[in-house]
Amino acid sequence: MNILDMTAVSLGAAIKNKEVTVLEATEAVLAQIEAKESEYHCYVTVDREGALAAAERIQKKIDAGELTGPLAGVPVAIKDNMCTEGMLTTCSSKILGNFVPTFSSEAVLNLQKAGAVILGKTNMDEFAMGSTTETSAFGVTKNPRNPEHVPGGSSGGSAAAVAAQECFYALGSDTGGSIRQPASYCGVVGLKPTYGTVSRYGLIAYGSSLDQIGPLCKDVTDCATIMEIIATHDPKDSTSVQRDDTDFTGALVDDVKGMKIGIPRDYFGEGLDPEVKEAVLAAAKVLEAKGAIVEEFDLSLVEYAIPTYYTIAAAEASSNLERFDGIKYGYRTEEYEGLHNMYKKSRSEGFGPEVKRRIMLGSFVLSSGYYDAYYLKALRVKALIKKAFDEAFAKYDVILGPVAPTTAPKLGASLSDPIKMYLSDIYTISVNLAGLPGLSIPCGMDSKGLPIGLQMIGDCFNEKKLIRAAFAYEQARGAFGKKEDE
Amino acid sequence: MAKQYETVIGLEVHVELATKTKIFCGCSTEFGGEPNTHTCPVCTGMPGSLPVLNKQVLEYAVAVGLATNCTITQYCKFDRKNYFYPDNPQNYQISQLYLPICRDGKVEIETENGKKFVGIHEIHMEEDAGKLIHDEWEDCSLVDYNRSGVPLIEIVSEPDMRSAEEVIAYLEKLRMTIQYLGASDCKLQEGSMRADVNLSIREVGTKEFGTRTEMKNLNSFKAIARAIEGETERQIDLLESGQKVVQETRRWDDNKGESYAMRSKEDAQDYRYFPDPDLVPIVLDDTFLEEIRKRQPEFREEKMLRYKEEFDIPEYDIEIITGSKHMADIFEATVALGSQPKKVSNWLMVETLRLLKENNMDPEDIRFSPENLAKLIALTDGKAINSSVAKEVFEVMFEQDIDPEKYVEEKGLKTVNDEGALRKTIEEIVAANPQSVEDYHNGKERAIGFLVGQTMKAMKGKADPGLVNQILKELL
Repeated sequence: MNILDMTAVSLGAAIKNKEVTVLEATEAVLAQIEAKESEYHCYVTVDREGALAAAERIQKKIDAGELTGPLAGVPVAIKDNMCTEGMLTTCSSKILGNFVPTFSSEAVLNLQKAGAVILGKTNMDEFAMGSTTETSAFGVTKNPRNPEHVPGGSSGGSAAAVAAQECFYALGSDTGGSIRQPASYCGVVGLKPTYGTVSRYGLIAYGSSLDQIGPLCKDVTDCATIMEIIATHDPKDSTSVQRDDTDFTGALVDDVKGMKIGIPRDYFGEGLDPEVKEAVLAAAKVLEAKGAIVEEFDLSLVEYAIPTYYTIAAAEASSNLERFDGIKYGYRTEEYEGLHNMYKKSRSEGFGPEVKRRIMLGSFVLSSGYYDAYYLKALRVKALIKKAFDEAFAKYDVILGPVAPTTAPKLGASLSDPIKMYLSDIYTISVNLAGLPGLSIPCGMDSKGLPIGLQMIGDCFNEKKLIRAAFAYEQARGAFGKKEDE
Repeated sequence: MAKQYETVIGLEVHVELATKTKIFCGCSTEFGGEPNTHTCPVCTGMPGSLPVLNKQVLEYAVAVGLATNCTITQYCKFDRKNYFYPDNPQNYQISQLYLPICRDGKVEIETENGKKFVGIHEIHMEEDAGKLIHDEWEDCSLVDYNRSGVPLIEIVSEPDMRSAEEVIAYLEKLRMTIQYLGASDCKLQEGSMRADVNLSIREVGTKEFGTRTEMKNLNSFKAIARAIEGETERQIDLLESGQKVVQETRRWDDNKGESYAMRSKEDAQDYRYFPDPDLVPIVLDDTFLEEIRKRQPEFREEKMLRYKEEFDIPEYDIEIITGSKHMADIFEATVALGSQPKKVSNWLMVETLRLLKENNMDPEDIRFSPENLAKLIALTDGKAINSSVAKEVFEVMFEQDIDPEKYVEEKGLKTVNDEGALRKTIEEIVAANPQSVEDYHNGKERAIGFLVGQTMKAMKGKADPGLVNQILKELL
């Protein structure tokens, strides 16, 4: 079997069985990066030397029996908004174009402890603001399924790197759909865990109350295995939750008999591409055929999710991004007169237009006189959305729907109309507002040959139900279509 | 007839809490380290870092709240105050606006005009900023983040004070309460207690408040009193000359005895406060509050009452001793070791206060232990040393907290109670000073003083003066 075709877990097993060495796997994936990067541009930084050195180090530890985990020696890509000690971390922004952190994020440290080989940092929408990876200051990433199309975003680099076999799995972050939507567009599996499951320490914040780190990978088995490594309680993050149910691989069971699945009618209305609708409903039939009880219901409040999200996320972002001022690190303008002029010019030159738009939006909704009308009201709607989900989960184990209204749009088609771009997050955003886990799994191709993603949403701390349902679906679906050019 | 004005004052008091580590990270709060050595990614606002609340800060804030009769907010949150300045590494300060930890308290103060209550509007927790140092030589500003993240509480009073005297009484009260709690040393000069004065004037009898100003940079009680008098006069002059008081922040220059405007209300920034999403809301249950309530110390007023009942010492002594928690602790511990209260009090009131004053120290800086003070008192009680030797020993003890028993032994300072040896020495002195003996017999009582002095000198101070007197009189 070609090394690159292996899933992360199968490669981990092959390394453990001495069928493949860590160095062979690392060299194979570095060769693929070299061959494909000029076409797809998944990475901001590729750390070739670091990866090769890590490969040798990790192999020794595996040989010595010190590293026995399922992903020991498997090369991984990290979204460029997670701090990596000594390795450039840019958030795909000019303002952090030269920023090298002094510490690594907790999620990355957990992977390293488990023997991961860090390949480099993947491209993203600037500060995770965008749905196409086109707002990156370092060039767009292309969808490996069809390079004329976007990979989605903001974790577009991570999703594309998995799809292009430029890594075996990747970490992304999801504030409003930024793992699930690119996973859907690129035809890979992505999971946004329950808020508080993966430490945010070292994740450069966009919307702190919504951000979660999660895996992008080739299948559900990989997904559960990665989750077991990164879901840890971290005292450095006060929003981190102590969970004792993180044995996610235990949920890799091909059995959904009696599982109650709800299909929100609200997710299948106007704006949904008919091909996407058809594929998602077909997937529901597959689960029903396996013994799940599938029912339609009204979730309500779906239309309020987008304004609520853009109010809260922008408010938090406007404050979170204040620290980028050109004083201690990052980009500083060449010429300036005095402190305030330096702030103004550094930030005007350092941030891209989408980031500036959200900073202005966020500053506006927090300003005196508008706080109650916008920010406070958004918090109240957020609570109502959570309540609507609570009611749904009183009846259903899993909510099933599309990830996005369409498959991946063409490059350049979204940026001209930000409202349209914001609307593409309609099915993913409320999951973040309610802090729920959401999983994206490929469920078909449209007539253009672009992948369609199926979204499964669970109640808080119910990742295992999602993994079980997705694993059962995956068993029935079989291997997902490889890229056309292979 | 000239109009009668009344001064209306409210205070915002910042107190640096005496925690070992900072409010949101594990860095040391110790004062005076090399610049940027007590720092980490959290208190320098590095990307990806997150704050985690130091529980001790919460406990101190609640303790101060309970001691000032506040209602404790059992569901409280931190908010971000957004403003750009380089001493503030995230460009927002983590503070509390919407749900401060304590509300609606009051403390009783006493001045010459009697007792009254001053209301506490709220107490909130927040982080301190770093320190900017302007390098004139290089023409650049440097920033030291050692202070960044040091925990503060801000105590906001109601506008209930009417004079500098009341303000000082209120501040003394707060300081004493917080010192008794051990929550801060509250030193104005060192900045661990800082007070901003909000002041307005109005005609006596009116209900409405006048336009207020906020005065900053007040580094001593004296400066506060002077600033209040100065600002009252300035505002009266403005109104009397038909002008208006402008709502503004002013900076007091204590050397010149005047203030100047820093910024007006029009320049006021919009801080865009909102709940900090990195910090989960704090839920304080009744058990937690009860635990803190149980741990509250005996405060000064209760202590004074108890001393009056338990110890036969002057009221003035009680006032001075309880004026410092540390001194009161030493007093009680020494008494508990068996020393007579009056004697302990004397050592504190006379020699200790004298040495503190000479060395420019606060009672908090006293280093000698109750054990050693008790030993010293026992030595004098047993007439092992006389009082002038005791004073000498005490001075050394005050400096180095030595064990007086050992010290007296080593230095051979014990009183010579061997009557034979003493009598022999006195016989020699009498023989050597016939003039004084003659004077004595001629009725000059003073002459005996000279002979006692000569004897003490010969005995190197180690004789019991009473015994010397007695033998001398016999011989003469």
